[in-house]
Amino acid sequence: MRLSAVDLACHRGGRDVFAGLSFAVAAGEVLMVTGRNGAGKSSLLRTIVGLVRLAQGRLSLEGGDPELTVAEQAHYLGHQDALKPSLTVAENLRFWAGFLGTQAADIHPALIAVGLDELADLPAAYLSAGQRRRLSIARLVAVKRPIWLLDEPTSTLDYSAQERLAGLMRAHLTEGGLILAATHGAIGLEGARELRLGEVQS
Amino acid sequence: MTALAAILVRDMRIAVRVGGGALIGVLFFLVVVTLIPFAVGPNLPLLKQIGPAILWLAALLASLLALDRLFAADHEDGSLDLILTGRAPLELVVATKGLAHWLTTGLPLVVAAPLIGLLLNLDAPAEIILVLTLLVGTPALTFIGLIGAAIAVTLRRGGLLLAVIVLPLTVPVLIFGVAAANAVEPTPFGTPFTILCALTLASLVIGPFAAAAALRQEME
Repeated sequence: MRLSAVDLACHRGGRDVFAGLSFAVAAGEVLMVTGRNGAGKSSLLRTIVGLVRLAQGRLSLEGGDPELTVAEQAHYLGHQDALKPSLTVAENLRFWAGFLGTQAADIHPALIAVGLDELADLPAAYLSAGQRRRLSIARLVAVKRPIWLLDEPTSTLDYSAQERLAGLMRAHLTEGGLILAATHGAIGLEGARELRLGEVQS
Repeated sequence: MTALAAILVRDMRIAVRVGGGALIGVLFFLVVVTLIPFAVGPNLPLLKQIGPAILWLAALLASLLALDRLFAADHEDGSLDLILTGRAPLELVVATKGLAHWLTTGLPLVVAAPLIGLLLNLDAPAEIILVLTLLVGTPALTFIGLIGAAIAVTLRRGGLLLAVIVLPLTVPVLIFGVAAANAVEPTPFGTPFTILCALTLASLVIGPFAAAAALRQEME
């Protein structure tokens, strides 16, 4: 599997966010998208998933399911956690597993993977910011999709949770997945390539 | 199908939990209708005459109450991004959310209407007809409301705009709903009731498509 972009451009609010952007990520690879604030990291991820219209360029996926769009084979972890405060931890995850997955999945292993299994029956309103983030990450584990698009995945996570996320990402890569992560700092993965936005593309 | 079932279960759960819209809608309905006899006074023939219209107006306002949060809540917490890019067709997701809203807001109004009809001096035949018109007509209110909810999705104070957009669109439903509910000899029941059914069927189709188009446009 290989996700490649040729000459991407994005306009938002009458302004060029980025232009002439080309990159490729193959299975088992991580691409770290870096750049100053406003360089278009989030816009790039939102463009790939189809939430922002592509102004120019071409985005293609080789080796994926031809019946599905890129977005339908990708997990998008945005700034917001997409959780309902009045539902419990388990109910929130079960909803996303049901909505994103094709069959009813067992959510318990995913809750264990992010360390929230003991809080399964707690309403999400009582979770801390880091716990909300971990619950959001749990849906990536509960439903298997080859492409992970992560926007600041480590923000609000403490050190041990960052380690845990790095472990999940490593497992995802060894299973043949690929990851694009918009980030300011290191995400704890060896051999990650970097795509720097906001500078002249060579 | 699992995606749509998941949406239905989630939205109904949220509606009946603390802060959800289900109970608020039916309580608002009861309060508005209860106030009318106090305002009009103990004039039983007059209450009987305007009763169906009052109940219909109250049902219309009550079903608007929780609508402004229908898509706005999903937009604010990021769920809408995932829903928009999901595999389930947006039109069907929107229709499912409308169904969940009707089951938790519209249906309780239909169930509460006969009880509250007693306050307005309605007799048994009038109540049966009224419940029937509300049962058929309230889905139209919800599904027309979907369009307004989708248009107002990105606005902070979307509720006011929602009312301004949706209320004029519901005029035909109100006219034929009240006309059917008021049907006593010699006014026929069949004609306005059939048109009410037609309006509901049309809104079931047009509402989700228009709302989905509005959502796609808004989220650009």
